[in-house]
Formats: sequence, C-alpha cells, structure tokens
Amino acid sequence: MAKAFKEALESGKFVITAEVGPPKGVDIEEMKHHIELLKDKVDGLNVTDNQSSVMRISTLPVCRLIQEAGGEPILQMTCRDKNRLALQSELLGAYILGITNVLSLTGDYVTVGDHVDAKPVFDLDSVLLLETIKGLEEGKDCAGNELTGEGRPTFCKGAIVTPEANPIEPQLLKFEKKIKAGAEFIQTQAIYDLDNFKKFMEYARQFDVKIMAGIVLLVSAGMAKYMNANVPGIFVPKDLIDEMASAEKGKALAKGIEIAGRMIKTLKDENICDGVHIMAIGKEGKVPDILAAAGLA
Amino acid sequence: MIVAERKPFEEIKAMIEGCKKVLIVGCGECVSVCMAGGEKEVQILASQLRLAFEEEGKKLEAGETTLERQCDKEYLEEIKDKVDDYDAVISMACGAGVQFLAEMYDSKPVYPALNTQFIGVAEREGEWSERCRACSDCVLAETGGICPVAICPKGLLNGPCGGTNDGKCELSKEKDCAWTLIYNRLDKLGKLDNIRKIFPAKKYSVQTTPGRRIHEAFKEKE
Repeated sequence: MAKAFKEALESGKFVITAEVGPPKGVDIEEMKHHIELLKDKVDGLNVTDNQSSVMRISTLPVCRLIQEAGGEPILQMTCRDKNRLALQSELLGAYILGITNVLSLTGDYVTVGDHVDAKPVFDLDSVLLLETIKGLEEGKDCAGNELTGEGRPTFCKGAIVTPEANPIEPQLLKFEKKIKAGAEFIQTQAIYDLDNFKKFMEYARQFDVKIMAGIVLLVSAGMAKYMNANVPGIFVPKDLIDEMASAEKGKALAKGIEIAGRMIKTLKDENICDGVHIMAIGKEGKVPDILAAAGLA
Repeated sequence: MIVAERKPFEEIKAMIEGCKKVLIVGCGECVSVCMAGGEKEVQILASQLRLAFEEEGKKLEAGETTLERQCDKEYLEEIKDKVDDYDAVISMACGAGVQFLAEMYDSKPVYPALNTQFIGVAEREGEWSERCRACSDCVLAETGGICPVAICPKGLLNGPCGGTNDGKCELSKEKDCAWTLIYNRLDKLGKLDNIRKIFPAKKYSVQTTPGRRIHEAFKEKE
C-alpha cells in the first residue's frame, strides 16, 4: 500500500504523483487497470475533476476506488461546478472516507468543454477554496458556523502554479496568496525548459511549500508545437521539439518517454524541486516506463 | 448604459403570428443610444414586418411610437389611449422596460423585440463592451477601477487563472485578461498592495433577485 502522501511530502523524499482521468461513462475497466498499474509506483494519484470542462464520473467515488485498491488518492476540486455549500460538504464527505489530499483549482471555463450552455459557478476561487479548507480544519465553515460534534477534519492542501506564464507577476502574486491560504504542496503546469524552471525555483524556495514539477509526456513533435501555440503557460524549447522530430518512425512515444525520464532524473539528481507530477494524458499506462527511464522504478 | 441587441427577425415575426395590428414601442434611453430599440429601429422593424406580412399575402398595421423611456410609469402612460386599438404590443426596450409596459397594460400581449445583454460603455461608434454586473458590492476602489467580476469570465477575486496567456483570456485572444489589466494599472499607480491581500468570497446575499431600493427620503416613517 502506498504511504500517505502527506507523510511522503514531509519525509523529504522526491515525491511522485500521477493522474487518473475518470471516463465519460460507466465502463471503468481501463481506469481500474491504470489504478492497479500505478498505485504502488507513485506517492499519490490525482483524480481530475471534469477535466477540460468535459462531464465525466465525479472525483470522490474514483478516489474511493483508488483507496480500496490500496493507493493514495488526491482529490482535485475545481470551483467551476460547485458553490461553497457543495464544495464544503464534499470536503467533509471526503474526510470521513479518509480521503484527505485535496488539490484546489479554479477550473477551466465552461465553454471550453462539452456543456457550453451550463451555468458557470466560480462561487469561490482556488485561493478562497484553500482558505475554506483551512477554516474547516479549524472547526468553522466558510460562513463562520461551528462544525458540530467531536473532532476536526485535517487535509493535505495543494494548489497549482504556471511557472512559464506570461506575464509572470500576476501569477506569482496569486501563488503567494495560495501559500498564505494554506497550500502545503504545489503542482506546476508542464515545464520543459529546466533553466527557466530553475529560475522559478530560486524564487519559490523562499516559501515553506513543496514544489512538484509538472511533467507532460510528449508523444510527437507536432504535440509540442501544438502546445506551444495553443496551451497557455506551456513552452517546449526548440531543442526538445527537434529531438522529438529526430525519432525514427513509430518511435516518437519512446522518445517522449526518454525525455520525460531524463527530465525527472535531472530534477531529482540536482535537487531542483521536491517531486514531480506526471501527466501522461491518455497514456497513463506509460507512467511506469517513464519512471523506469528516470531510474526510479 | 444597458446594452441590447435586436432579436432575429423571424423570432419577432413568429411572436405576432395571427395579429393584424401591432404597436411597436421604442425606448429613448439606453437602447436608443446603442442602436437597438430607438425611434429609427422602430421604423425599421415596422417596415420589415409590414413587408414580410405583405409577401405572405397578409396585411399588418404596424403603429410606431417611441417613449422617453419605458422604465417610468409617467412615460408609459402616454400610450394608454393607443394600446386598445392593437392586438399586441412589441416593446423595443430592455427587459425591464418590456416588463413594466406589460405590467401596466396587462390585458394586452406584450412581446420583447430585443435581447438585453449587459451594462456597458461605448468603445467606439457601433461597439459596446460590458463593464458592470450590478453585483451590489463594488470592489473598484481596490482593483484600480477595473472590475474583475465583469471583465473576468470567472469573476475571480484573487488573481488570474492559469488559462491566461500574453495578457489575454483563456476564452479568446480577443479578450483581455482582467487580472493582467488590474495588475498593470495598480503597478502604475504604485498600489499593488491592494491586491496582495486575500479578497473574501463575494456576498451573493446582497444581490438576491429581485433587487429593490427605496431612497432614504421616501421610506415610510415607522
């Protein structure tokens, strides 16, 4: 069984998390296979929350499945679909199930997904959600009402940052608010340029927070170019694009795994950050190969 | 001002199916300025409807009038002698005007010709943009006169989301990121400390609909 994520974070070891994306439908065989494959190889498995505003199975029951399988779930919570009542009741519900790792996110806007006419909520934002969790830990809901009975919930609270955002200053201002609001760990948006990331880490090291670098598996040179053009806050340097393009036909994925593994190894060996969060979007089954390439298997 | 745009012609035409006489009532305030429901737009809609009915071999008598505004009873009363002559009334006011007119003439079908969009400003001739969501809890003093509630699609109060790029919004490269604008304005004013503190969650209780306000001087004495 995976050790508690919080314990792993506090132990000072190089922490590794990956992602499980719930499907849009009730066939969960493939997802269960991924959970089985990854649960003992990582310190935590993020469960995405209607990722990209596309309606799917909700996060909490999938966290429960991970837990039952002996893994360590990290509940992603966006502010897009739930108001402050729903967010808090979900947090209390997660806690009584023993699901205590929470990643606070704003959430993509509704119109980027598959329910463009849905009402966007955004009652709280990612900073206020962290404050709300802190409040529950102190025994109060976000309206100031006392929680009843004995005991208080405790959570391991996380948030995200985009180190390659342009302009970076407003992003950092929010990053600092997230820490002030109680974030204990930060998973970053995908990073590829390690020199840029080192500069970010020089700044981030002044705060008492664990930073996990976001690793998105490249599957082709085209994907890298597409992300550069279309995904905010992602920058794949030219040498990596060229390296992907240099892969023999049919070997691009293997090259992507090699690059991801190499980056993770550098981040760990040079003690650049506290861990990595691997996002192998659609290729979750390849995470063990990435870890092997990083020398971590 | 309140910005609105005219509904598609076919939708308006379908509303008055079977009518022989309709009174089209324009509004001389906001919707007149934003070229959606003023005197000129009343004329255009009336002509279009007459022609469309004629093409189908039907006759439509379309009366035209434009009031000072439709959100005041005193002006709505000006059409009280006319309304009875018509089968229906088409209001070219914002949603508030349509409702006030329908309330005063409640035995007559009243149809809206516009879709009311937002409270905004004239960027240039023929172009308007949203600036206020009427949230009843104004934060502009601290955000450098730029509203995160109206300009950020998510209404975020504590800084930009991760979707912003090059100062633009995740929704469109045409939209500015509200929080980049706020940051830059406050930086220029030397007041970035305004947004370093955590803004509390918005009080939605103060904007429970329907809103109502009574001026102090008009409140009944206890």
